[in-house]
Amino acid sequence: MKIKNVFRLTGVLISLLFFTYQAFADKKPLAEGNKLPEIILSVPKNTEHQKYLGITGKGTFNIPQIKAEVVIIEIFSMYCPHCQREAPTINKFYEELVNSQKLKDKVKLIGIGVGNSAFEVSHFRKTYKIQFPLFPDADYSIHKKIGEVRTPYFIGVRIIKDGTHRIFYSKLGGAKEANQFLKMLLHRSGLV
Amino acid sequence: MKKIYYINIALILILTPLKNDAFGISEAFTDNIYNPGILKPVDSVLKVKIGDLAPDFTLPSLSGEKVSLKQFKGKNNVVISFVPAAWTPVCSDQWPGYNIVKEIFDNNDAILLGITVDNIPTLFAWTNQMRGLWFPVLSDFWPHGKVADMFGVLRSDGVSERALFIIDKEGIIRYIHIADINKRPDLELLVTELEKMNMK
Repeated sequence: MKIKNVFRLTGVLISLLFFTYQAFADKKPLAEGNKLPEIILSVPKNTEHQKYLGITGKGTFNIPQIKAEVVIIEIFSMYCPHCQREAPTINKFYEELVNSQKLKDKVKLIGIGVGNSAFEVSHFRKTYKIQFPLFPDADYSIHKKIGEVRTPYFIGVRIIKDGTHRIFYSKLGGAKEANQFLKMLLHRSGLV
Repeated sequence: MKKIYYINIALILILTPLKNDAFGISEAFTDNIYNPGILKPVDSVLKVKIGDLAPDFTLPSLSGEKVSLKQFKGKNNVVISFVPAAWTPVCSDQWPGYNIVKEIFDNNDAILLGITVDNIPTLFAWTNQMRGLWFPVLSDFWPHGKVADMFGVLRSDGVSERALFIIDKEGIIRYIHIADINKRPDLELLVTELEKMNMK
């Protein structure tokens, strides 16, 4: 191999290394204590969901705009066996929230179906009779922003009155038992 | 020069394990998924077309019974889902997704046959990790990939394409979708085609 070619190859490999590690930098899951990346969601067509989120009109919104003090985000996929099995537990978790006079306006739950089209999210909703708002992420664009995590994954966001927010929970794995999961999240959020 | 050569070898070794993982893999598979990275989207040439009589085949299934295409003639529409390989990212969630759409298949008088070129023990372990599937899973392991090859979906590396075929009750191929191997096929498209065919 000529020395010129060896230098050329070294250059190519160094560039590759740089770009690969750049890509990996984005692959880190969201860190607790940090802010959420900008996750833009479409305003749901369902007026009940609009009312629940405190978001009206058409177009898009950002998660910290949700009218709540705590937002729990379930990262799921209709293709994920764990997410399928845990859907009834998450439904129970949601029921505990909306049936609590103390929590129903303060803690809101949403789901984001990574790699799922609107049709797939809708089928998941229908299959498990899910009442809380679910959003598709067909092109994995949100999935990339949150570090390409496995599913199910939960993110808890504390929304502070001055308009700022911070992530207080960011973990792989779902809820084994609805009430315990809720208690743990409430404790971690600092809300109670 | 020798030094630079060794630096390059070191760089190659560092880069090799870094692969794309943007699939939203389920935690159900923990760390047991092998990621082959991004592959050539399609690597075979179809040997059948819409309107053709589907080639008949008989393959061993996970339940121990042999399954032939002809046994559904006059009874059911058949959807064949070829997936490339067990324990790989996209394949490992495509079929669990079909686990919650059985009703759609039932409503369209259709049965689903899942086929890979893996052997039965591999398919047994893999589908157990999914906690079972409602549809027959067939092994096209030996003669290796013979059925995939009959349809023209056997890739040059010995795995099949990620392909869907809808075959009507008369055994005629009504729909073919050879997906990009790196992506899960759109479920809505399959459902739309099934419903369209069933309405005819």
